Amino acid sequence: MKGLLSLAVWFVVWEIVGRAGLSSIVPPFSSVIDAMFTVVPTGKFRAAALISLRSFGLGMGLAVALGIPLGILMARSKSVGRILGMWVNIFVSAPISALVPLLMAVVGVGETTVVVTVFLFAVFVITLDTQVGMRRADRSLLEMARAFGATRAQLYGKVLLLSALPEILAGLRLGAIRGVKGVVIGQLLVAIIGVGELFELYSNHFLMEEFWALVVIVFLFAFAVSEAIALLERRVEYYAASR
Amino acid sequence: MARTSDAAGRLGWPLASFVLFFGLWELAGRWPVSAAFPPFSQTALGLWQMLADGSLGKAYWLTLQPLALGIVLCGLAGIGFGIGMGLSRGIEWLSLPVFIILQAAPMAAIIPLITYVYGIGLTSKVLAVVMLAAPVIVMNSYKGIRNTNPSLLQMCRSFQGTRRQEVVKIVLPHAAALIFAGLRLGLAMGFIGIVIAELLITPTGIGDLITYHSSVADYPKMFAAVASIIAVAALSLHALERLERRLFP
Amino acid sequence: MIVEARSIAKTYPGGVEALRDVSIAFPEGQLSTLLGPSGCGKTTLLKIIAGLVPPDAGEVRVKGRKVQGPGPERAFVFQDFALLPWASVLRNVAFGLELRGLPRAEREAIARRYIAEVGLEGFEERHPNELSGGMKQRVGLARALAVDAGIILMDEPFSSVDEQTRRKFQEDLLALLRHHSKTVIFVTHSIEEAAYLSDQIVLLSARPGTVSRIVRPAVDRSRSPDEIRRERNYLDTVDDIWATLRQYV
Repeated sequence: MKGLLSLAVWFVVWEIVGRAGLSSIVPPFSSVIDAMFTVVPTGKFRAAALISLRSFGLGMGLAVALGIPLGILMARSKSVGRILGMWVNIFVSAPISALVPLLMAVVGVGETTVVVTVFLFAVFVITLDTQVGMRRADRSLLEMARAFGATRAQLYGKVLLLSALPEILAGLRLGAIRGVKGVVIGQLLVAIIGVGELFELYSNHFLMEEFWALVVIVFLFAFAVSEAIALLERRVEYYAASR
Repeated sequence: MARTSDAAGRLGWPLASFVLFFGLWELAGRWPVSAAFPPFSQTALGLWQMLADGSLGKAYWLTLQPLALGIVLCGLAGIGFGIGMGLSRGIEWLSLPVFIILQAAPMAAIIPLITYVYGIGLTSKVLAVVMLAAPVIVMNSYKGIRNTNPSLLQMCRSFQGTRRQEVVKIVLPHAAALIFAGLRLGLAMGFIGIVIAELLITPTGIGDLITYHSSVADYPKMFAAVASIIAVAALSLHALERLERRLFP
Repeated sequence: MIVEARSIAKTYPGGVEALRDVSIAFPEGQLSTLLGPSGCGKTTLLKIIAGLVPPDAGEVRVKGRKVQGPGPERAFVFQDFALLPWASVLRNVAFGLELRGLPRAEREAIARRYIAEVGLEGFEERHPNELSGGMKQRVGLARALAVDAGIILMDEPFSSVDEQTRRKFQEDLLALLRHHSKTVIFVTHSIEEAAYLSDQIVLLSARPGTVSRIVRPAVDRSRSPDEIRRERNYLDTVDDIWATLRQYV
C-alpha cells in the first residue's frame, strides 16, 4: 500500500514533466495511459502480444523442464555438479545477449531464436537455485524419513523437493523476470516480430506515447508474473527459516 | 603429497569440464547441421587471428571504456543513494518501489530510445550501462544497511552510542559486504548493458566485431568474438568473487 | 536499594501482555536473579531496566533518578554476545570506551586488563569467528566490566554454552565479583544457576509476568563451589523454587 502511494507521487511527477515538455521523449503520463487504451485493442498489438507470450511460455517451459531436473541432478551427483557447475556459474551472470547474434546466424531470424533466447536467459538461474535448494536439505529430515521406511521416490517427493521449494520458487521468479527480458531483447535484436518489432516501430516513428505505453505494459507483465510467483513463495516462507 | 593432489583436484574438475565442453563443441561443429556453426578449432583460430591483427584489442578498448565509466559512476552514486535509502525512511518510501520495478523491468527496451536524446556516442553507452547496473547496486547497498543485526544496534545503544556512532561503527562496516556484492552484480549487469547497447545502437567495439563478422559470414571470428566477451565477463566476475571472499570471510 | 522497578507494565505489539505491575527493589552490591519460565517477560524487564525498552507504565529508578535510556552506570551483557564480527577481541572489549571517546592507547590498556581478568589473555588479536561460545561470552563480560559501570545486567549469558563451560563460568563470575563490587541483575531460566549465584531470587510467573515470590537463599558462599552444590540450603532452595515454578509450566 505504501508503495502504491509512493508510485502515485512519481506518476504525478511524470505528468508534470510531460506537460512541461522538459524532454522530447517524455510525454505526459495521462497521454501514455490514453495510448495504452488505443494500442491494446489493435490487431497489431494483439498479434505481437500473442507471439511474445508464446515465445515466453515456450522458452520458460523448456527452462523449467530442463532446469529443475538438472539442478536436482547436479545436487545429487557430485561429479555432474562439478563439471556443469562451472558453466552454470559462468552463464548465470554472463551477457547472454551476446549469444543472440549467434542464434540468429545458426537458427535463423524468427520466433525460434526468441524462444531459445528466453530459454537461455532463464535456465541457468533456475538450475542454480534448484541445486542450492536441494543441497540445503536437512540431513536429519532425510534420516528420519529413511528411518520410517521411505522409498527413494517418497524421499524426493515428500521431503527433498518440499524442503527445496523456497529456493526453487525463488529461482523460478528470477527466471521469469529474466525470461521477460529475454523476450524483449531477443525480439529487439531480431526486430521483425512481437513486441520487439513494435518497440522499433514506435521509436522509429517517434510515437512516444505508444512507445511508453508499450513499456508500461511489458513492465506490468514482468511485475505480474514475478508477483504471482512471489505469492507462492510467501506461502512456503513459514517453514523456510526453520529448516 | 596430500596438498598436491588437493590442488590437482581443484584444477582437475574445471579442466575436465573445459575439455568436455570444447570437445563437444568440436564434434557439434563438424556435424553438418548448420553452415554457420563452426567447430571449436576454427573458432579458436579465429580468436587467435583477431588477437594477432589487433582488432580484438581495439574492440575491447572501445567496449571497456563506457563499461568502466558507467560502473564507476553507478558505483559512487548508487552506493551513496542506497545508503541514503537505508538510513532515511523518507527516501526509502519514495525510492524503493521504483527500484523494485527497475530491477524486474526489461530496461533493454529503453536503450534504443536514449540514442534519440544522446546520440550514438559514448554518452548513450555509458547511460545503457548505468541504467542496467544502477538498480542492483542501489538495492544491495540498501539491503546491506537495512539488514544490520539488531542485536549489534542494541548493544551499541546500551553503551550509549550516538546515532552517528551507530551508523559509522556498526551499520556501514556491516553493510560493506553486501555493498561489494552489489558492485559485483552491477558489473555483471554492466556487461549485459554494454553488449546490448553495442548490438542495438551503432555497433562499436565487441558489438561491431560480432555484427561485422556475422554480415560477412565469417562465423569462426563471430563466434570467437562472442566467446571472448563471455570469457572476459566471467573472468572479471570470478576475480571479484574471490576478492569478496577474501575481504569478507 | 540502588535499582528500583515500580509498577512496570509492558505489552508487546500484537497485544500480548508481557509484564503487569512489577515492582522490585535490587540491593546494592548484590547479585539478584530474575527467574521464571519462558514468556514471563524477564528479558523484557531487564531491557526496561537497561533503558533499551520503554515501559508502558511505571518507572525504573537508579540511585533515585528515573531511567530515560541507557546510562553509564549500567552495562549490558547480551545472550547472543553481540560482538562486532569484523573487530578483534581487543577492539570489541574496548568498544564501550571507544563510544565514549577515550583515546586509543588508554582504552586498549583498560581493555587488556579486563581481557586478562576474564581469562582470555593471549587472544587479543583474534576475531569472534575464531572463538568458542564460551570465549565469546567472556568478551561480552569483559566489555561490560571495562566501562566501569556499577550495575551489570546479564541476559541469560550462559545459556548459549554447554553445561561444563556454564559451571566454570558461574564459578568464575562469583570469583570476579568478589574483586569488584558490582550490583548484578541476572536473567536465567535455570533454577540451579539462580540458587548457586544469587543473593536474591525474584520468581516471575508467566503471561503476564508478575512477581510471584522473592527468595533469599541462605547459601554459604565461602565454601568451595563443589561443596556449595551439595550444601543443604542450596538443595532446599532449588526444591523450594521448583515447587513454586512448576505450577506455571
